[in-house]
Amino acid sequence: MQVMRYISGKVSAVWFFYADGFRKMTVGRQLWIIILIKLAVIFLFFKVFFFPSTVEGDTDSEKSRFVTERILNHSTAE
Amino acid sequence: MNDLISVVDWSRAQFALTAMYHWLFVPLTIGLSLIVGIMETIYVRTGDERWKGITKFWMTLFGINFACGVATGIILEFEFGTNWSNYSWFVGDIFGAPLAIEGILAFFMESTFIAVMFFGWKKFSKGFHLAATWLTAIGVCLSALWILIANAWMQYPVGMEFDPAQMRNVMSDFWAVALSPVAMNKFFHTVTSGWVLGGVFVIGVSAWLLWRKSNVDAARKSIKVGAWVGMAGILLTLMTGHGSAQQVAKVQPMKLAAMEGLYNGGRGTGLVAVGIVDTEKEDVTCKIEFPKMLSFLAYNNFDAYVAGINDIIAGNGADAAGQPVNTVSYADRIALGKEAHKALQAFNEAREAGNETEMAVAREVLSSTYPYFGYGFFEKAEDAVPPVAISFYSFHIMVALGGYLLLLFAAMLWLSYRKTSLLEKPWVHWIAIISIPLVWICSEAGWVLAEVGRQPWTIQDILPVNAAISSISSSSVKLTFWMFAVLFTILLVAEISIMLRQIAKASHSDIESPNK
Repeated sequence: MQVMRYISGKVSAVWFFYADGFRKMTVGRQLWIIILIKLAVIFLFFKVFFFPSTVEGDTDSEKSRFVTERILNHSTAE
Repeated sequence: MNDLISVVDWSRAQFALTAMYHWLFVPLTIGLSLIVGIMETIYVRTGDERWKGITKFWMTLFGINFACGVATGIILEFEFGTNWSNYSWFVGDIFGAPLAIEGILAFFMESTFIAVMFFGWKKFSKGFHLAATWLTAIGVCLSALWILIANAWMQYPVGMEFDPAQMRNVMSDFWAVALSPVAMNKFFHTVTSGWVLGGVFVIGVSAWLLWRKSNVDAARKSIKVGAWVGMAGILLTLMTGHGSAQQVAKVQPMKLAAMEGLYNGGRGTGLVAVGIVDTEKEDVTCKIEFPKMLSFLAYNNFDAYVAGINDIIAGNGADAAGQPVNTVSYADRIALGKEAHKALQAFNEAREAGNETEMAVAREVLSSTYPYFGYGFFEKAEDAVPPVAISFYSFHIMVALGGYLLLLFAAMLWLSYRKTSLLEKPWVHWIAIISIPLVWICSEAGWVLAEVGRQPWTIQDILPVNAAISSISSSSVKLTFWMFAVLFTILLVAEISIMLRQIAKASHSDIESPNK
């Protein structure tokens, strides 16, 4: 019980340390907005609309066969 | 075929754009983290509150730069999956492991200690806070280490075996990958060049404060720290640059020949200081060169043999001591590469048929020809030559600016200790301010050389870029290239304006006051 109380005390101290720090940020707010814009645009928008999964196959074996064909397609060997 | 070239070229352009954008932030993070650590150490050792104020000012600029660079590295890793999925599959865990370690380190180590750096001034002891600052600086370097290990492996693939059944390279020796001499040299060269960039940034911003006649004492103190860090950085960068040239001569001789525009080599080869590359005539015209210096740079021997592009194609190279030796000609490499492809095809057909004997035979042929696997994708030897002009000019821009920066740091140290009155002259301020974009050009040129000079390979000798590409349409890549270009430009303007606003604020306040 005492251990649990000690751990929860530590966790809440860390939580309040970060929460307090973020609350007092000034320049940091604008920077967080920039970071979130980057992540949203890159991961949500681009991934969903422009780049579907490019290695086809459900299993590793199917995927390796797909990549083998793709790579050997570029080969100049007859 | 045209669509393939288009996808490859646009994907390369997109990756280059993202990498160059990312690299605007990384070296400053490396350099400023060290400078902030030094400044805070002075504060803790002397107890002088003015140093605390100075530390907090530079720490804020470090924080802005760090945050601006945060997500850009992730975009690069993302592009490996979207645009270069053949490559990503083919390299398997060898490339993934260092990137994963970097991700974990970056997330846990840097984010934890950066929080203490920024939020913990009044919550932790001086000693603990200082430790967090240094651990952030170390974390930044460790992140760089793993990324550079991954990059070095592409330039010098070691510690792996190719498994045709998985169509993957499998790591056989982690330490060979992690401690490869190319990786180690690349790491120190990159980190110390970050110190150079950080030093110039601090000197330039401080010079601007001096020009505005604001925070004169803090600016002078900062210039001293910036100049010492920059001087140490540039000397170490020169040393590691020499090491890098020796590594390149050994493992990527074609890159060395391209960066010097050397088509026909020989003994006691000179190093071009300035010149114009004529790729038609296969020569460098209007050149001024340092006699025998390329031989020395590559082999520590003024009379060593350095192979040119045509020599390497013909199968003439140099051994580790710089003596001429016969190597495998590019015509033979192409033939061996094609043999490797046929063996891979035969292996797959035997596997489909369940013929173990044929599989074993094909595997043996593949194993012996695999070092030339990548050459099987080419029709002619010239396809395996990097763009000579870009390699040449990026190398010479980097070296020329590096020489200028050495003089700048020497001058700033001399002015800071011997001729302090000259530090009040506006022309001195403007030289320092103009040096800020120059150091970035120098740093970017270094990476242009590293990456263009190794073309056409994604993995040296094993996989060229045209075989590494994903199965995607060129219109998607073109469209996203321009969207990236617009997005990055807008973000860069926003990020630079935040940085400039913060610097401008300093000219209206006393940065030596720690509780401002």
